[in-house]
Amino acid sequence: MSLKFGVVVFPGSNCDHDAYYSLRKVLNYDVEFLWHKDTDLKQSSVILLPGGFSYGDYLRTGAIARFSPIMNSVISFANKGGIVIGICNGFQILLEAGLLPGVMIRNNSLKFACKDVYLSVENRETIFSSEISSDKKVVKIPIAHGEGNYFADSDLLKELEANKQILFRYSDEDGNINDESNPNGSQLNIAGIVNKNGNVMGMMPHPERACDPTLGRIDGQQIFKSIANYILN
Amino acid sequence: MFKATVLIKRRPSILDPQGVAVEKGAKHLGISNIKNTRIGKLIEFDVDVTDRIAAEKEVNLYCSKLLSNPIMEDFEFTLSEWIPSGEEVK
Repeated sequence: MSLKFGVVVFPGSNCDHDAYYSLRKVLNYDVEFLWHKDTDLKQSSVILLPGGFSYGDYLRTGAIARFSPIMNSVISFANKGGIVIGICNGFQILLEAGLLPGVMIRNNSLKFACKDVYLSVENRETIFSSEISSDKKVVKIPIAHGEGNYFADSDLLKELEANKQILFRYSDEDGNINDESNPNGSQLNIAGIVNKNGNVMGMMPHPERACDPTLGRIDGQQIFKSIANYILN
Repeated sequence: MFKATVLIKRRPSILDPQGVAVEKGAKHLGISNIKNTRIGKLIEFDVDVTDRIAAEKEVNLYCSKLLSNPIMEDFEFTLSEWIPSGEEVK
């Protein structure tokens, strides 16, 4: 299979160009924008739902974008095993679309959180994390969100843990997971999860903002390299 | 024509950070006996059908698929019938 990222553009997406830039200019991958009113995924092998404020975050974050025409194609692509990654607002859209379990509520601080965070890598055997070097306990990636407080009932949390669906948890620099390192009140410090089949991933932190070395952080590259490696091998 | 009034409430088991913050404001105001503030949504719209059962069906679908997220919210609604007069009220 050839590697091609399709970056969906919703009205109000604002990290679509960051994602495009990092994938094309920094990592040299094939990328194309996909307009939300289209239904053609243009032979993409990976669909990326970018961050932003689709439809102004009206009603609930991601609630209206979930019904964009392109999402029907994305949902059937995902259900056939296609690789989908949702970042920040993209994660919220995947939750609303039912491609990932749980919901996102307002940060417990009620503040928009915009800063670098450390993420403990909980599972390195996924499509999205296989290239994260094993000597690194944590990756450093920025967050920028007001509603990133992941909520799931206790049965679902148990299921996520049992199936190793929790990919990233907010931690300190040494990988300790505690309340101080939780920027938004997420249950179990959850920052990113995968679906049961392992082909759909959502994360609140922005790996596309941690690719260009000029920005002083490149840990985000390892996530995209993991995906590329999976497709190309 | 029916006027629908939808009330969307967050499930009691789900934390409402907004409610907690607003209640802190009440304390600062000196209103001290307020407890369990929860913030929900009130949504109004018209349903352009003449049959009540058809209106209920449509509103149920709208509420369960889009207006509320069944994982964290419950909804209830009322419908009141009205006859358009043909003239817009200014």
